[in-house]
Amino acid sequence: MTAHISLFLEIVLGLLALAAVLGFVRLLRGPSLPDRVVAFDLLATVGVGISAVYAMAHDQPVFLDVAVVIALISFVGTVAFARYIEERLKG
Amino acid sequence: MTLLKQLLILIFAGGGSLFVLLAAVGLLRMPDLFTRMHPSSKAATLGTVLILIGIALHFQDGAIAVRAVLICLFLFLTAPVASHIIARAGFLSGVPLAEDTAIDELSDRYDLQTHSLSCPPTEAEDE
Repeated sequence: MTAHISLFLEIVLGLLALAAVLGFVRLLRGPSLPDRVVAFDLLATVGVGISAVYAMAHDQPVFLDVAVVIALISFVGTVAFARYIEERLKG
Repeated sequence: MTLLKQLLILIFAGGGSLFVLLAAVGLLRMPDLFTRMHPSSKAATLGTVLILIGIALHFQDGAIAVRAVLICLFLFLTAPVASHIIARAGFLSGVPLAEDTAIDELSDRYDLQTHSLSCPPTEAEDE
């Protein structure tokens, strides 16, 4: 049964990787800068999911700390990008 | 017991990853910025939270459960703020709406120079 669970978690990792690929397509296509920022935000969320599932699949709880840091950084990054988009209008 | 635990992990991790995948599909397929933010802020957050519930079940350790709950709380706090601030920046920078948008209440009432909102037109003025 444990073998089944780890196989299943590998499939889950595959699904999340597919989500990351779709997010990257939107990141490349744009068309506007806020669209890319939204895609970047989704990629960070997918990154949290991937490191969490990886921690589960390989029994390494350290990767949960990685997930915490990605969640923290992505919020700051999004706010900085939004600030940049708004300030750019004034300049 | 262990079978039930594994079944729950299966449901939570699988359901969560499906929600995240659906969010990515929505991000790709939706017509404009403001509709694209629906999947990326709501479905992706829900999917990640489901995966984190699966983690807390899998390890059954207090310290890890606390960390998972911490990430959940943080996502629930920051996802609305981040999507609001990006929507605001997008609207102010004039990102076009989808062609079949039914209603845009801000377009002729929000002053982009002074950032002030004028009163809605009353029924009498409309006639």
